Amino acid sequence: MSDTTLNNRFLVRDHHPENGTLLGFWLYLMSDCLVFACLFAAYGVLGRSYAGGPGGAELFDLPIVALNTAFLLMSSITYGFAMLEMQKGKVGSVQLWLVVTGLFGAAFLGVELFEFHHLIEHGHGPQASAFLTSFFSLVGTHGLHVTFGIVWLITLMIQVGKFGLTAANKRRLMCLSMFWHFLDVVWIGVFTFVYLMGVL
Amino acid sequence: MADHNHDHHGDHSHGDNHHDGGGHDHGTLKSYTIGFLLSVVLTAIPFWLVMHKVLPSKSTTALVILAFAAVQIVVHMVYFLHMNTRSEGGWTMLALIFTVVLVVITLSGSLWVMYHMNANMMPTLQELKAMP
Repeated sequence: MSDTTLNNRFLVRDHHPENGTLLGFWLYLMSDCLVFACLFAAYGVLGRSYAGGPGGAELFDLPIVALNTAFLLMSSITYGFAMLEMQKGKVGSVQLWLVVTGLFGAAFLGVELFEFHHLIEHGHGPQASAFLTSFFSLVGTHGLHVTFGIVWLITLMIQVGKFGLTAANKRRLMCLSMFWHFLDVVWIGVFTFVYLMGVL
Repeated sequence: MADHNHDHHGDHSHGDNHHDGGGHDHGTLKSYTIGFLLSVVLTAIPFWLVMHKVLPSKSTTALVILAFAAVQIVVHMVYFLHMNTRSEGGWTMLALIFTVVLVVITLSGSLWVMYHMNANMMPTLQELKAMP
């Protein structure tokens, strides 16, 4: 018992042993940001090169994009709720909010894949013009990030279910939180720069 | 194992979270809610502007929605990613500023240079025919 108390004292005093990881993960996100900056630059340069094909105004369906944006924003706030429950140490509600976040993420991906399928089916695939190449690269890379975010989310749910909210699992949840909110930040750029300005 | 963890969390008093100066800000229900509401408003207005063609000129609309995006990115950074000058002893902010500088150079440089490259390209057949 005294041993346990000692351990607890140690953990309470040394409250943020995860700082190195969080800073490192932040640096990863910043480098990821540069990847997206290059893709945005490519889209900015090539986004009006339609090669005689249709442009954004004909191809983009804004209500669907608005729905997608809403899904991603909802998933951001539900992940925030999961983090708040994590601070309270409630395993059950953390898992519940993680499930909700994952479902919103999956809904986002589903709508995006539907949109991609619709475009490719009608002959507007990435090979049709420089505009569509850069569009699919940028939006596809973001979608790939969301996919891996969901894989990570499921992995962490299994981890939390098995080992509870240990210090390591809390650190992992905080990293995924940064990743998830970062993807939402990138999406702000995508829906503004690609979709809204594309149909103008 | 699980019992042990529960003991550990039971020991936490809530105030512990904000004791150390170099620590990480976790956010509260209030901060997440404010961030979410601001994001909803900042997303809805650009969509409304574009979908209903509220503003007469396209370039004005473009500038306005870009401004809304910039504000929303700051809102997300502050309320969801808990950016501040204190976290990690200021290193996250330093990394962010460095990244923003690189992003601005990449974007503006690419657009600027490639715009001029396009302007200096050989004219297309239609343009050639239109020439005197």
